[in-house]
Amino acid sequence: MQFDPFIIPFEIGIYSIILYAVARSVIWFRDLSRQDKLRLQRGFFGRSFGKSIREIFMESLIHRKILKANPRLGYMHMSLAFGWFLLILFGTIEADIFGEKHLNPPYRAIFFKFFNPDHGRTGFEAAWSFLMDFLLAFILSGLILAIIKRIYSRVVGMKRTTKLKPLDKVALISLWTIFPSRLLAESFTSGAYGTGSFLTGSLGSWLASFLPANEMAYPFWWLYSLSLGTFFVLLPLTRYMHIPTELFLIFARNSGITTGDKAGAFTEMQIYSCSSCGICIDACQLNFSNGITTIQSAYLLKGIRNGTDVKDIAFNCLMCGRCDYKCPVGIELTPIRMIQRRAGEVNKAGKGLWKKYFPDKPAVKLPKTNGRHTYNFLPPIPSAKTEVLYFAGCMTHLTPAIRNSMVRILDASGVKYKFIDENGGVCCGRPLMLAGQDKEARELINFNSKLILKSGAQVLVTSCPICYKVFRESYYLNIEVLHHSQFIKRLIDDGTLKLNFLRKRVVYHTPCDLGRGSGVYQEPRDVLSYVSQLQKTDVDDGNSLCCGGSLGNMKISYHQKHKIATDAAAALTKDHPDILATSCPLCKKTLAAATETKVADIAEIVAEAIYAPSGIKPEPGSQSTTLHSQRPLSRV
Amino acid sequence: MDKFGFSILKGRHIDYDSNDRSVADYISSKEPSFNVCIECGCCTATCTTGNFTSFSLRELQILLKRGENDKVHDVISKCMLCGKCTLVCPRGVNTRNVITLAREAFKLKIKNAV
Repeated sequence: MQFDPFIIPFEIGIYSIILYAVARSVIWFRDLSRQDKLRLQRGFFGRSFGKSIREIFMESLIHRKILKANPRLGYMHMSLAFGWFLLILFGTIEADIFGEKHLNPPYRAIFFKFFNPDHGRTGFEAAWSFLMDFLLAFILSGLILAIIKRIYSRVVGMKRTTKLKPLDKVALISLWTIFPSRLLAESFTSGAYGTGSFLTGSLGSWLASFLPANEMAYPFWWLYSLSLGTFFVLLPLTRYMHIPTELFLIFARNSGITTGDKAGAFTEMQIYSCSSCGICIDACQLNFSNGITTIQSAYLLKGIRNGTDVKDIAFNCLMCGRCDYKCPVGIELTPIRMIQRRAGEVNKAGKGLWKKYFPDKPAVKLPKTNGRHTYNFLPPIPSAKTEVLYFAGCMTHLTPAIRNSMVRILDASGVKYKFIDENGGVCCGRPLMLAGQDKEARELINFNSKLILKSGAQVLVTSCPICYKVFRESYYLNIEVLHHSQFIKRLIDDGTLKLNFLRKRVVYHTPCDLGRGSGVYQEPRDVLSYVSQLQKTDVDDGNSLCCGGSLGNMKISYHQKHKIATDAAAALTKDHPDILATSCPLCKKTLAAATETKVADIAEIVAEAIYAPSGIKPEPGSQSTTLHSQRPLSRV
Repeated sequence: MDKFGFSILKGRHIDYDSNDRSVADYISSKEPSFNVCIECGCCTATCTTGNFTSFSLRELQILLKRGENDKVHDVISKCMLCGKCTLVCPRGVNTRNVITLAREAFKLKIKNAV
């Protein structure tokens, strides 16, 4: 018996999904930019190939990251993905060894029991049947968890799970039907023939004791084939598209392709790689501090996939990057959100079935440029040569203590520097970028770039992580950009800055744009542990919380921001430190309003610790070429 | 009143009945904190753009509420959205959103959509 009509739905499903995956991969590859195509080719035939295969095994099958973060949820994902993979693998081997011939079509492995009902009575065959039963039991255990999770998500350690669209539900039900129907189909067949191992065999003989097993088996084989076929055909329209896409994404990422600031094939791949697992929802502070559960990255990506209007979702976000950090697939969620914020970026809703399978690329309608400058009032640029530039930034001007401390530190270290925005400068442009207004931001960037380049400086020091991030990423300056914590670290290492040790217990709050945004974790910690007693918290480094003051979110109210700040401050000051240190003027201002503990910037703590031999007072401005010889800022 | 020689100077007349308050209404419907402003001027005092020009958010929001939209339309694009005003506002007005919504409203107004 080589063929039976019930395999037709499965056959349609499997071949259509294989063809679809190939077609989609070709489209994505075609849409990549020239450089990215080269990168992918080099990556695919190069050393990163092994790395990609390893990552596919560890992340797509074992789900190591989810297992580490949440063992129960990880087990659920692992049992379904890895279990299914092993079931197919060992099923194929089984069909190859025990079947009539080698190299069988896929359906022979999937419906092996139907075509070989007598198989698995003795010896090696029985051992193999045991293995297959064990794998099926492994998957079913995960499936039970998945079903309970839909009803009560706390079972797998998740506070919330994603809401699904109708088509996702149909696909979900067909996915859930696959394994129970296989179990029943195999059990009935085993019951009729007296074969099968501990699971199908026992269940089969029990069912056969009161049911006509031979007649009952056939409908369940149909159900098994139908559910597989339905799942495969619907897969491209649902979140399950992440299964094939993620493989492509891993290769692309390991080849060195990044999101950048433009929408493109890589962004699309990432959007389809999201499995809506919901880990980003639990990570989001808007969720656990404000109870907002409709704007998280899983919903943003879902909205983009479905071609709905995501403007409200895109703008209602702190852009803190916690979801990027926690995403088990490693999708660059914040850059994708930035692209969505940009004016003129429109998602077209796909009309018709064909468009749903092969969606259009997002249309970019760039705003008309009329050649008029928005900021034509900016002052002329002076030219004065110096080595080190200090750019305080808007927020630092709101917190004069940080500015004055930095001036004291720079003066005490004897560095030749110039304070470029001493009397209030021009904004760095990132707030405009966060509001999606890149054209306007570019004007400010051009102005500041000219200002910096004219000075001929080699090092640019800034006190604000917001400025730091945009200077590094969007300015294209051939100059070293340092955050003041990095600069102070360098001064300490050089021996130019002599500091006392302060007997204070300090906790450090990592600002989003400095930590997750720019990857600066170590230098601020080094500086703080050099001058004080630095304590650990539960929310260190990558896991740090947003202070709530973020310029990324324009939608939430002052009270919601304050709630986020209060929660963050409470988590940081759990062990009652003397000082809550941070390295961002915006964080300082927001957190200071939300806690009783003293909040101070690293610069303030360092300035307090400056070692000054008694009797000798450093003359303000004597070592700098700035205006402060006339107006010493340290006394302001 | 006119009989007694009292009349309103046309130049100083703010007619709340006939003025076009559509932009202000659009903003306050989407950002309710726009209504709680006490016109203290902290935003203007700290403004980055105000450092270079006479741009004043306090003035702009009074003008919007009076319905004198043309004056606002000319200068509203000067804001750099740096967010200092939001941080200093004693009433917790989400000023960045107010400005963004005002710009949005003017764009919609061209299409007669407000």
